[in-house]
Amino acid sequence: MFDFLKGPILSIQTFFLLSGRAMVNIFRSPHYADDISLQMDIIGVGSLPLILLTGLFTGAVITLQMSRALNTYGASGQVGNIVAITLVRELGPVLTALLVAGRNASGIASEIGSMKVTEQIDAMRALGTDPVQKLVTPRLLAMATMLPVLTIISDFMGLVGGYVVGSVLLNLTTPTQFWSSAYQALEYRDIAQGLIKPFVFALVIALVGCHAGMNTTGGTQGVGRATTQAVVVSSVWVIVLTFFISKFFVDF
Amino acid sequence: MSERNGTETLLRLDHVTVRFGETVALDDVSLSLRRGETCVIQGAAGSGKTTLMKTALGLIKPDEGHVYLFGVDTLTARETELNELRSHMGILFQEGGLFDSMTIEENVGYPLVNMKSLKCPPGEVLARVQQALDFVELGHTLEKVPSELSGGMRRRVGIARAVVTRPSLLLYDSPTAGLDPITANTIMALIAKERDTRGTATALATHRYQDGFLLANYRYNAHTERLEDAGGKNLHTMFIVLGEGRIVFEGTQQELETSPDPYVSKFAKPLKE
Repeated sequence: MFDFLKGPILSIQTFFLLSGRAMVNIFRSPHYADDISLQMDIIGVGSLPLILLTGLFTGAVITLQMSRALNTYGASGQVGNIVAITLVRELGPVLTALLVAGRNASGIASEIGSMKVTEQIDAMRALGTDPVQKLVTPRLLAMATMLPVLTIISDFMGLVGGYVVGSVLLNLTTPTQFWSSAYQALEYRDIAQGLIKPFVFALVIALVGCHAGMNTTGGTQGVGRATTQAVVVSSVWVIVLTFFISKFFVDF
Repeated sequence: MSERNGTETLLRLDHVTVRFGETVALDDVSLSLRRGETCVIQGAAGSGKTTLMKTALGLIKPDEGHVYLFGVDTLTARETELNELRSHMGILFQEGGLFDSMTIEENVGYPLVNMKSLKCPPGEVLARVQQALDFVELGHTLEKVPSELSGGMRRRVGIARAVVTRPSLLLYDSPTAGLDPITANTIMALIAKERDTRGTATALATHRYQDGFLLANYRYNAHTERLEDAGGKNLHTMFIVLGEGRIVFEGTQQELETSPDPYVSKFAKPLKE
């Protein structure tokens, strides 16, 4: 009767098993430092141009959209405040995570998925290597390190974008007022929220990507399916989780 | 691990059943392989050859029955213990299983570097890799990556990686699938050469009768460095035919060729067709 639930439940079970093993492996030898630094380069440095550009224009567009509303209430001097809070609390972490999910969850799923269908994962096990230790844990560590860093960079670029539009193009506020209101608007809980979110998103993106890759079946078509699944599932989880983390910070 | 002598059973499958959901991939399969013996496993596509190989290697856990590697039950063995057992085995995967992001040198050296139980000193790795690649006559490809090699060359590199640890048990999963007859014969000659120079136990999954015929009737002469007719001695070669996961035939080459079973006979005399 409930046979249709078997697949999703099995998938959730394998996801948590994989997550558990990947996390336990952080504290076990061998550690593949080369793989970790390679993945940090791919995820961090590779995503940097994308993050710089989107961060800059996100801040710029928020300022642009807010300018009319703020002018209506004669509060145009608060533009730095609004850009800082919006970016640091919500848009910076979420947009960065969505971009990284699109770029790297798909990359992780397709790379590991291709290895799965060409029997490289089996070969790895046959040759004495735990594929979770070699493939999943380095990607998890690299993502958990680089996504918060990318988010900080994105937040800063957003503020720069907001400053350029608000102070230079629209003359809503003076440069000093912009930066000072942005600085004063942020509390420690905002910073905490802005850093906890990308950390949680990083775990989800890396593990969903790896899980999709490790469970790839059906040749090259299966790799395509796994890639799509990784992007869709990780993006949805980013949106869902940001609500719950925000709710937590609002309530406490 | 059990004692290693001339009659030691290296691999034993005891009433093994493997299921993937509703599909029965292996159904009550039993076989054993001793040092110096050759087992040729034939069957149509989807008959369970690859599953059998992966189950023998401990990559797939049987739903029923037991797999004993060097006397150790893989069902109860921990992954670290399995890794130690696998260091005495070599495998050539159907797709080659080469790591496409690594050079040929790194691919062939991978088991030496990663199988800690082999205790291969880092200074010796390159020499052994070179030796293994020379064995398959690809000593000049160290710096290349798999995508730069032809399909046949990739299989030969796969053989080099399988034999670099000097294992006592070798599993070959469809080593000649998709290759032209000349390259297929080269691959089979290398398999026979490895078996006869080191006396390894060999399990070969194939859908080509010619592959089993060659292993059963030819032996490698180290002096002349050529394959020679073994004079009908069959060289301890056993033939198995799988059909829908079950062993439908088990016996010698002569018994295979005279089998009245219409499915089995398809794998017996394709040369005459």
